[in-house]
Amino acid sequence: MVETILPIGPQHPALKEPVNFKVIVDGETIVGLELDVSYTHRGIEKAAEQRDFIRVVPLLERVCGICSHAHAQAFCTGIEEVMQLEVPPRAQYIRTIVAELERMHSHILWLGVAAHEVGFNTLFMWTWRDRETTQDILEEMTGNRMNYGINEVGGVRRDLTAGQISSILSRLPKLEEQIGKYVGMVKGEETMLLRFRGIGKLSKAEALKYGTVGPTARASGVDYDIRRDDPYIAYSEIPWKVVTDTNGDVYGRTLVRIRELQESLGIIRYCLEHLPEGPIGVQAPKVAPKAEIFSRYEAPRGELVHFMRTNGTDRVERLDIRTPTLANWTSVTVSLVNQHIADIPVIVAAIDPCLSCTSRITILNEQGREKARMTLEQLSEYGRKYSRERGRC
Amino acid sequence: MDPLLLAVYILIFPGFLFLLTYAFFLQYLDRKIAARMQQRVGPPLLQPFADFIKMLGKEVIDPAGVDRVAFDAAPLIAFAAVMTSFLYIPVVGKSPFAFQGDLVLVLYLLTLPTIALFLLGWFSRNIFATVGGVRAVTMLFIYEVPFFLALLMPALMAGSWSISEIAAWQMEHTWFAILQPIGLVVGLIGLQAKLERQPFDIPEAETELVAGPWTELTGRRLALMHLTMHVMLVAGSGLIAALFLGGPLLPWTISPAWLSGIVGFALFLGKTLAILLVLASIKVATGRIRIDQLNDIGWKYLASATILQVAIVLIMGSWWVSG
Repeated sequence: MVETILPIGPQHPALKEPVNFKVIVDGETIVGLELDVSYTHRGIEKAAEQRDFIRVVPLLERVCGICSHAHAQAFCTGIEEVMQLEVPPRAQYIRTIVAELERMHSHILWLGVAAHEVGFNTLFMWTWRDRETTQDILEEMTGNRMNYGINEVGGVRRDLTAGQISSILSRLPKLEEQIGKYVGMVKGEETMLLRFRGIGKLSKAEALKYGTVGPTARASGVDYDIRRDDPYIAYSEIPWKVVTDTNGDVYGRTLVRIRELQESLGIIRYCLEHLPEGPIGVQAPKVAPKAEIFSRYEAPRGELVHFMRTNGTDRVERLDIRTPTLANWTSVTVSLVNQHIADIPVIVAAIDPCLSCTSRITILNEQGREKARMTLEQLSEYGRKYSRERGRC
Repeated sequence: MDPLLLAVYILIFPGFLFLLTYAFFLQYLDRKIAARMQQRVGPPLLQPFADFIKMLGKEVIDPAGVDRVAFDAAPLIAFAAVMTSFLYIPVVGKSPFAFQGDLVLVLYLLTLPTIALFLLGWFSRNIFATVGGVRAVTMLFIYEVPFFLALLMPALMAGSWSISEIAAWQMEHTWFAILQPIGLVVGLIGLQAKLERQPFDIPEAETELVAGPWTELTGRRLALMHLTMHVMLVAGSGLIAALFLGGPLLPWTISPAWLSGIVGFALFLGKTLAILLVLASIKVATGRIRIDQLNDIGWKYLASATILQVAIVLIMGSWWVSG
């Protein structure tokens, strides 16, 4: 049969954010894929260089709507290490609770999206209903459902009262019961099994070769979790297990995420029951000494990396954010080949892509070295020119 | 029959006016049931009707390079086909238009919307619509054979090609749902596939193909195609009710005649609603399967089950005749 190009995106119902795939299909089978991820450059890294350490944390929370705490925390961990701050354990525990609640709401949301991609809207509705529980808890703890604003360099901004702790603990059993139901549905619902099993295979060797992170890697049997391998905040004190799976397909990634939900619930419960007494923060100095630091964080989607260089002032000289989606993208192009058109949405969704966080711009010369910078005007002019030329062909 | 009465039958009750009202009502009920099962609120009673009116008033957009006449005609033909098919389905008693072979005609008319969808997809000059149209017609080849076989088996056993007579035969003997349970199941699955509802919404898979053949439909074309599907739900469930559940007829006579008519009508409503409930439950309880998986399931299981049903019917038939 003739090979056809099926354009998916930048506007498409399966996509929550703009990305462009040129899927080369032969009938219903995919033979190749071209990928264009950069549609929403927001210049956050540059903006972060112009704000002091107090004002940069709220900005970094806005890198991603879903892993907002992850970015704030990765940055705070790094800067606190540069300043050699001793953060009180109570603050670390509260940070851990928020981090795990964030992981839970992200994974529940993902499960709903994955079910929606294969047309199973009932599970989509049910998961999003139960996700409200985590959102309510987060709102009660921090005042916000998203972009919690609880972190600052040196600690957290809000304490937990005894009433809040018991109120959160009383809501967990219901959530646990619902998660148990999802395990049953994912393992037993025939149409979901048909659509998830054996789809988007990624062997362990491939997962390592393409540098996948997070649940995508763990579903292929890569035993790798920053929370255990390079512990930050309170993870070294809490009993929990790294979840891995050997299926290596969409089904495996679903199982990993659901079992991580159960682990996260355990961590939250442990933290609430063993919350240390004491202050919730220390006064951080205004300036940070000259240093380069590499801060790693296990975001819901995988390993998140913040590289920062400080120069003795009250702001970072350079902040480089590598989001987990960028690490996982290349594996999608591999796992899509030889699959059916119908499986594109669910394979793409299986890495839980967060596209706008990945967009970066570097202008290179022929030798592959960075050669210039662009102003906003030049960038928008370039964008218009690029779209016009694309529209013509 | 009096020509005036016939006109009333076609245009008002149980013809077009009742049919459209009931189609909107079933659509509302379908959406409401699904919504309640999914813990949502669901639409208000007049929502499907309001959607229809709203879409009629929207701009009709012709994609570049599309044959306008064909693009306008396809939804109209599909709509006319399903509206006509309903005239042969018994609603309050036997249909006055019943003739030997109306079963074949109804099955043919109910196939036309799928062909129209394929043509719409093909005419659209849009990659999503084309792939969706090809999927629609691929799916037709998978479910249509078992569906036809399953629905023709009652005819074989009753010895009549008229839907009304098949319904009447069941009054003397027993429901075909009991005599041919496999046929009923295959018929319901086939109807679900015909209506492109989950798990068979493969041609219009939103997350893959935007809206499949429906992608380039706008305004009244879209409104008509939606209405076609709503009416097909009524006609299809009415057909299954008549063939397998005895339709609106009763085994004993009720006098006066008007009371018998009301009871028959109530039976029709009850049976179609029951079928809708089954279809809605299937819709809510499943995800979408892939076209190649449907091919496997359709030919391996549905077709074999139907052949088995045919064999049983033939054996029973010979036993019936000799006995």
